[in-house]
Amino acid sequence: MGADVDKVFKALAAPERRLLLDRLRAENGQTLSQLCQHLDMTRQAVTRHLNLLEEANLVATIWRGREKLHYLNPTPIHEIAERWIGKYERGRLRALAELKSKLEEQSDG
Amino acid sequence: MAESEFVYVTYIRTTPEKLWRALTEPEFTRKFWVDTVQECEWKLGASWTLRVPDGRAADTGEVVEIDPPRRLVLSWQNHLFPEMTAEGFTRMTYELEAKGETVKLTLTHTMDKRDSKTIKAVSNGWPHLLASLKSLLETGKSLEGTDRWPEGI
Repeated sequence: MGADVDKVFKALAAPERRLLLDRLRAENGQTLSQLCQHLDMTRQAVTRHLNLLEEANLVATIWRGREKLHYLNPTPIHEIAERWIGKYERGRLRALAELKSKLEEQSDG
Repeated sequence: MAESEFVYVTYIRTTPEKLWRALTEPEFTRKFWVDTVQECEWKLGASWTLRVPDGRAADTGEVVEIDPPRRLVLSWQNHLFPEMTAEGFTRMTYELEAKGETVKLTLTHTMDKRDSKTIKAVSNGWPHLLASLKSLLETGKSLEGTDRWPEGI
């Protein structure tokens, strides 16, 4: 568990990799080429970041014919949350997060 | 290609045989799968039902592919929420692969329809159930809140 958790935090510690996860959250199951579009990174850099995310099990891949599709795999993040967030805190935390996003939306607009 | 899909992967310290039993034997699955019971003969074409404690069939389908302890594919239709029932069948796949001292479990749930409500709903539940399954196999204890059916559903 210890080494696995280290990998997850290390993978999440780079803004480029968090951006890739955001892209997959917006549209799951993308190929490398799809992910490279509109990104200010070389294909090699994206490949390297995806490999690290896959090693940390934050990205799951599936082959469809000759295409490798990438999926956001939130399971390790869920396991981390389980470690520090209690069952009864979950509802209150969600309410707080909603309040925060509502208030910030208003101040943006 | 499927239009709504998610893929979850978890690595569990166990053997493929034990994990297969943990995914199919009702005495075991109810401990991490909110006290529901799976009714199935686990043969190709057999009908499959996920029954909640008050006796309702929450989801039904049939065994589309079965290759113990490696691969299981179920067709899957929800019956608790009319808007999900109306969507028809989704497809759920478990793939088990031994990797050193662990087993890689890949779960995919797909539907040939964009923005499927069923896929959205099950995708909220699976990460928690999978984390609980892992905890149950590795420590003998499932996670809080996964051993009984949630009130009001």
